Formats: sequence, structure tokens, C-alpha cells
Amino acid sequence: MHVEVRDLNKHFGDFHAVKDVSFDIAKGHLIGLLGPSGGGKTSILRMLAGLENPGSGEIRFHGKVVNHLPPQERGIGFVFQNYALFKHMTVFDNIAFGLKVKKTPKAQIRDRVMELVELTGLKGFEQRYPHQLSGGQRQRVAFARALAPEPQLLLLDEPFAAIDAKIRQELRSWLRELIERVGITSIFVTHDQDEAIEVADEIMIISQGRLEQKGTPWDIYKNPETPFVATFIGESTVVEDASQLKGFEHAVEGERTRALIRPEYIEIGLKNEFSMLSATEKGIVKHLHFRGSEWMVEVEVEGHKLITYRSLEKTTLQVGQQIRVLVHRAYLFNDTHSWVVENRLKEDPMPVII
Amino acid sequence: MNTVLRHKGWTWGFRSTVLLYFIVLIVLPIIGVYVNSFSEGWSNFIQSIMDPIAWKAVLLTIRLAVIATVINVILGTMIAWVLTRYRFFGRSFLNSLVDLPFALPTAVGGLMIMLLLGPISAIGKLAESMGFEIVFHQPAIVIAMTFVTFPFVIRAVQPLLEEIDPSEEEASYTMGASKARTFRQVILPSMAPGMISGGMLAFSRALAEFGAVVLVAGNIPGRTLTASVFIYGEIESDNPTGAAAVSVLLLTLSFLILWLINLVQMRGRRR
Amino acid sequence: MRRLLIGLTFAVFIVLLIIPLGRIVIGAFEDGAGGFLDGLLRPEALHALMMTGLVVLVVTLLNTLFGVMMAIYLVRAGWLSDRVKGLLNSIVDLPYAVSPVIGGLMIVLLLGPNSIMGAFFEGIGFNVVYAFPGMVIATLFVTFPLMVREVMPVLQELGSQQEEAASTLGAYGWRTFWSVTWPSIRWAVVYGLVLTVARSLGEFGAVLVVSGNIMNKTQTATTLVYQDVENFNVAAANGVALVLVTFSVGLLLMMEWAKKRKEVH
Repeated sequence: MHVEVRDLNKHFGDFHAVKDVSFDIAKGHLIGLLGPSGGGKTSILRMLAGLENPGSGEIRFHGKVVNHLPPQERGIGFVFQNYALFKHMTVFDNIAFGLKVKKTPKAQIRDRVMELVELTGLKGFEQRYPHQLSGGQRQRVAFARALAPEPQLLLLDEPFAAIDAKIRQELRSWLRELIERVGITSIFVTHDQDEAIEVADEIMIISQGRLEQKGTPWDIYKNPETPFVATFIGESTVVEDASQLKGFEHAVEGERTRALIRPEYIEIGLKNEFSMLSATEKGIVKHLHFRGSEWMVEVEVEGHKLITYRSLEKTTLQVGQQIRVLVHRAYLFNDTHSWVVENRLKEDPMPVII
Repeated sequence: MNTVLRHKGWTWGFRSTVLLYFIVLIVLPIIGVYVNSFSEGWSNFIQSIMDPIAWKAVLLTIRLAVIATVINVILGTMIAWVLTRYRFFGRSFLNSLVDLPFALPTAVGGLMIMLLLGPISAIGKLAESMGFEIVFHQPAIVIAMTFVTFPFVIRAVQPLLEEIDPSEEEASYTMGASKARTFRQVILPSMAPGMISGGMLAFSRALAEFGAVVLVAGNIPGRTLTASVFIYGEIESDNPTGAAAVSVLLLTLSFLILWLINLVQMRGRRR
Repeated sequence: MRRLLIGLTFAVFIVLLIIPLGRIVIGAFEDGAGGFLDGLLRPEALHALMMTGLVVLVVTLLNTLFGVMMAIYLVRAGWLSDRVKGLLNSIVDLPYAVSPVIGGLMIVLLLGPNSIMGAFFEGIGFNVVYAFPGMVIATLFVTFPLMVREVMPVLQELGSQQEEAASTLGAYGWRTFWSVTWPSIRWAVVYGLVLTVARSLGEFGAVLVVSGNIMNKTQTATTLVYQDVENFNVAAANGVALVLVTFSVGLLLMMEWAKKRKEVH
């Protein structure tokens, strides 16, 4: 289902929750709305569902304006954060609800519900009540219930927020498979980066009511369009004055150019591990944390603390040890724009005279 | 059928009917009393409320209601404590019995008290021999008020007591505080909002009580004539405006208390 | 200390509640079973009991319907601003603060023969005050907050998500109410209903003023008890009172039962 949103705005009293948001979603795609809490993601989702009315702006499904349609008529399925299962109905009745409302014949209801029960792995639980199910099972009932009436658009509001961390992983991959199998256009809201990156085809980063960037997880990661996006995704350190970094002195523009350095942009090691030694700076190891599959290293360079990872295969470092640090690239940004820059010294290595 | 009910007309019809019902039933009558009490002029209004009998009736009612409230706060807190904290035979029976004054007609309550303490009863005869009479005198009014407002403080304090985290008390004991001190500084403050709001509800109700009081009181102006009985008397004597004037007085006082109760409850909730 | 307090508690209950109840039972049969029946089967007594029954029936029906709707609007209505809702919410509590006699007075002032509306109604042959309609209105006023105050907290705790879920699945107002909201508020409504019945059964002051206590016409069971006591016809008063007490105790038991069911979910 083609979803088009133009200039969406929403105020709650004086609070401007959603500011001029516009985007398009192609049929069959799985989109994640990612951003910090209170940023407006859930408001956008609810407006798509018809559970809130936009202050201004247009929402189109398949080219048709749906602003004034109530949720009952939009052909959507909605999965709530706290499942919102009907407490007084069995699993079967919960899933069948949407079909009963449409006055589907009993036999068809039965078939469809059983199909979904199989699909969601709830076989045998049809006659149970919600309070007799675990959190993960309840969430699956919520999915089945939303999918039963064959909606055109599936909306999920932080579907895994209330689930135990262990089960979350399983449910994530299960959800992705399910949605691919059913082929339904889906939009889900989350504040968990890993979840968005793992599950979604495309991510929309929403912060303070604005759409910061829309793109595949890889695009967003490699080419952040705004400083917020750059700092939000992945771990990074911000250096206040980029010109202080070796190899980036001439890359700065204007005043106050800051540098965002991701762990993967940095290489550290002993002198003999580098081929372009002249591009490196001196650094001191401040902290070491064992992370199970690698070391996390905090390095101090010219008064800046940088974070990076070191493979277990290489020689283990010690705290206080003097090492060499090579910053391969940095994401630079000032007040007007941002860009990614490679370390100049890598390109024009100065001849080293030993 | 859903499409029929969905029509905008039905929704608005429903909404306006309910709101209209509400306004006509509650708002209109109250405004009516206020308007009517001034209908014969401001000076008449003043005259009605300055009538010494009226004035004394109001003061008497307030005084007796205060006494009844204090009794209920003390007894009610104790009973709430016993019912929540102790396990004993007959506990749930007593717990259910607490609501009896809510379920009983007030006139029947008055009858009960009259039978129990009137001149023909055992207790009544005993009291008479000791030189003081109960029924048709102030003690009976206080007892009637206490009876009718019996559940209020209990039901306000019980949930607060049930909510108290036992670890708060345990913490107090581990720091060396005695039972009495723990009670005073840990438990009592938790119960206090319930005691206050329950007490205020009881006071407000006692002020307004008519049925139980009219049966046991003697209607002697200044001694046993309460405000509500006085108002009734004025109505029966075909002086509705005078009755309205004193009603306005009593109403305003009751609304003030209601508003105070709301404040206390909101403060309690914010904590 | 514990024993003392428990003992005191029992004492209070016995003196304040149990003995007086017993006294009514004894008093009703003072003149024997025959006397009890005589008092009860008086035509005015039967009529009064019937009046009480009718008032209770009409009041309970109306206030249940409108009370539940009012509660829903006060908690869920998006079409009312929050300020209006807050104002209406405070007004709901007003009948609690009004003395029953004043309540009756209000109805008489508003709809009595000397008022505009009352004269209008009388003109078309429809008596309000000193007749059944007035008694119903007075009792409606007094019992209105009961149902609203029972249902509102349940609705608030329930939250609107289940209802929103139902709307995304295609259900409109009535369907959503019946399938989702009603099962959750069911027992609170029952409890409110029992409270309303108990209160309308026992209503005295307001009805006394509005009805004029006209024997065999507008007298209710409670005002009959009052009349009997004023006429020193104590045994008869006891008889009617005993009937009322029996209903009250029955209602009390239902109250406790409904209270427990209410808290289960």
C-alpha cells in the first residue's frame, strides 16, 4: 500500500509534537520509526491509524486522502505496546473479533483464525484467556488479531518494549519473517536502535517532531545527513574542535567545526602494526573493557578521549601503555552542514626518512 | 444496525440528552434555591437568616456534628485498625456490617435509636434514674449522627492501612524506635489523610442529616432543633422563602466542606 | 492491647448496630405475630410499600442508564474539553453535600404549584409536586452520584487502549461498548445499582417534603414509619421498619458480594 504523508503537524496544547513531517512508503516495505522517547514517533503512528487527528497536513493511502476517515474504515491493523488484548475474551475470540465485526461467516472465521494460530505458533492455546498467557504469547495474539481482517497496512507501537530481553531477539526475527511471508506494508515504532537496524528495510529517524533522515540502515549509518542522526546511530565520540586532530587540520570550514568519530573510524595499535606510521598520533590507553568477543579501548589522544575496539587476535594492550592511533575518517559538522572526510595524511603520505 | 446508530444525529442526540438530564436534575435545582431565597429581596433574606431560632439551629447542628465527627474519627480509626491488622473470628462479618448504615433507611435508624434509648427502654429507664435523659435531647442527636456517619471514617482509613508497606514499620523498628513511636511517626501520618477526609465526609453528612434526627430529637428551639429540622418546619409553615434562606446558608457551608475534601484528596494523591 | 481493642470493637458494633436491630425485631412482634401482620396489612401500609417499590424501580432504571453514560462521557469523551469535564465532575458530587430536606425544597421551589414550570405542568394536568413524578425527581437527585462514582474509577483504570484496538478492528460505538467496555465495568455497575436501590429505598427527607406525605397517595414506607412514630403507633412502625430492615440487610449482603466480584479483575 502506497502511503504518502505531506506536511504533517500536531500540537498537544502548546507542545508542537510533530513538525512538518513528509515521507513516502512503498508497498510491501517494512519501515522503522526510530528516535528518542517523546520525539513524536508514536504520534505519527497514531495519526496514520486515525487514533489522533493531525493539526494540518495530508495522509494518503493508495492516493486517496484518508484524513477524515475513522480507524474503522482505514483498513489498518494496529499492535499496541501493551497488547491491549480483550481481557474477557479467549485467544480465539480476540483474533476473531475483526472478522466478526465484518460479519464474516462462521466457517470462514474459524479457518482464518486457525490459520493465524498456526502462523503465530499458538496452537493449543485458543481457549486460553490473556491472563493465562506469557508476555511473548500475548504479543503474538496481538499480531494475529491485527492481521486477521487482512489489513492493507500494519502499524506496530513499540511492539517489544514490554517483553523480556531474552525473548525479544526471537520475536524480532519471527516478526520479520512473518511480515515478509504475509507481504504486508508495515510501520513500527521503536526507540531501540538494534531492533530498527535488524528488522526494518528502511528507517526514519524522528527527533523533536522532525524527520531527520529516511534511508536503509546502511545509508543512515554511512551517510548521516544531520549531526543528530550521526550521534544517534552507533557509538561515537565528539571532538569539539576538529582541527586538533592530526590529518584534519585543513578539513575544517568556518568556526566551530566538530568531528564525530565512530569506533570503526579509528585504528589503534603498537608501532609495528602500522604501515602508514606518519599518519598516526600518540595515544595513551586509559581504560580497557572486555566485551566477550573483543576489547573496548578508551584512548586519550591530545587531551581527547576516543573509543574503539580491538580484536582479541592482536596483542593485548595494557592500561597506561603508549600506543599509536590512526583516525581514518571523521564525520565533520558545523552550524550549516556536515560531511565525511578521510584523513588527509593517508592520501599524501609524507615520505618517511628513517 | 451499526450504520443506523452511526449516524451523527444519534450520537448528538445521546450526548445532549445525557447532558440535559444532568443539568436539569442537578444544576437547575441548586440554582433555583439560591435564586428563590433572594426572591423576596435582600432584606428579607437577611431577616430570615438572622432569625435567632434559625441561627441557633445552625450553630447547634454544627456543634453536635463536630462532636459526632470526633467520636467517629476516634472510634472509626480504632475499628479500621482492628479490622485491617488483626485476624479473629467474626472479622469479615463485622467488616460487612460496617456498611449497614449505608443500606438502612435513616428513618429506621432513628427508630432504632428511639427504641433503644427511649423512655420505655431499659437503657432509657436507667438513664432517667441517673438523672439524665437521652431521647429528645442532645445526646440522642449525637448518637443519631454518629450512627448514620459510622462507615465514613472506617472506609476512608482502611485502604490506607492496607497499603502501608510492612517494610516501613520494620525499618523503623530496626532503627530502635518503640511501637508507640513507630505508630506516631510512621503509621499515623499514613492514616491521617483518610482520617481527615473521612472525618470531613462524616461532618458534612452529619450536618445534613434529617431522618434519624427528626425521630429522636425534641425540636426544642436552641436546644434540640437542628438546621434541617428547622428548614422542614419552615416549609410546613408555608414559609418556603425563609426555608430557602437558611438552606442557602447550610448549602454554602456544605459546598465549602466538599471543596475542602476535594483539595485534601488531591493533595493526598499527589504524594 | 490487642484483646482490648478487639473487645472494644465488638462492643461498639453490638451496642450501635446489633442490639438496635434486635430491638426492632422484638418491637415488631410486640403484639404477637398477629399484631405484626395487622400493622403490615393495613391498606395504607401496603400502598406505602408499593409506592416505595415503584419509586425504587423508576429511579434505579433512570439513574443506572444516565449514570453509566455520564461516567463514560466524563472519562472518555474527546468532544468535551478538559475544563468542562472538571467542572461537571465537581458538580456530580453536589448532591452528597445537600441535606435531603433541602433537596426536597429545591424540587418544590422549582416545580411546585407556585413556580413557573409547576404551574405550566399543572395546567396540562400533570402534577409534579405532591405526586409521583416529584418523588421520583427528588430521589433521582439524591442518588445520582452513586452510579457515576462507581463506574468512573473503573473506566479510568481500564484505559482506552482496548477500545482503540476495537476501533482499529472495525468496531463502532455500540459494538465496542458491548464487547469491550461493558464486560469490564459490569460488576461496578451492579454494585452501583445495589447502592442506588438501597439509597432510594431509604430516602426520607426529600420525599417527605416533596410528597406531602399524603396517606394512600404519596406516602412511602419510610414516611409511613415517621407518621406511625409521631402517632405513637410504635408496633406498626416497627412492623414496616422490619420489612425495610430485611430488604436493607439483603441489599447489604448483595453489596458485599458485588464488591468482591468487582475487585476480582
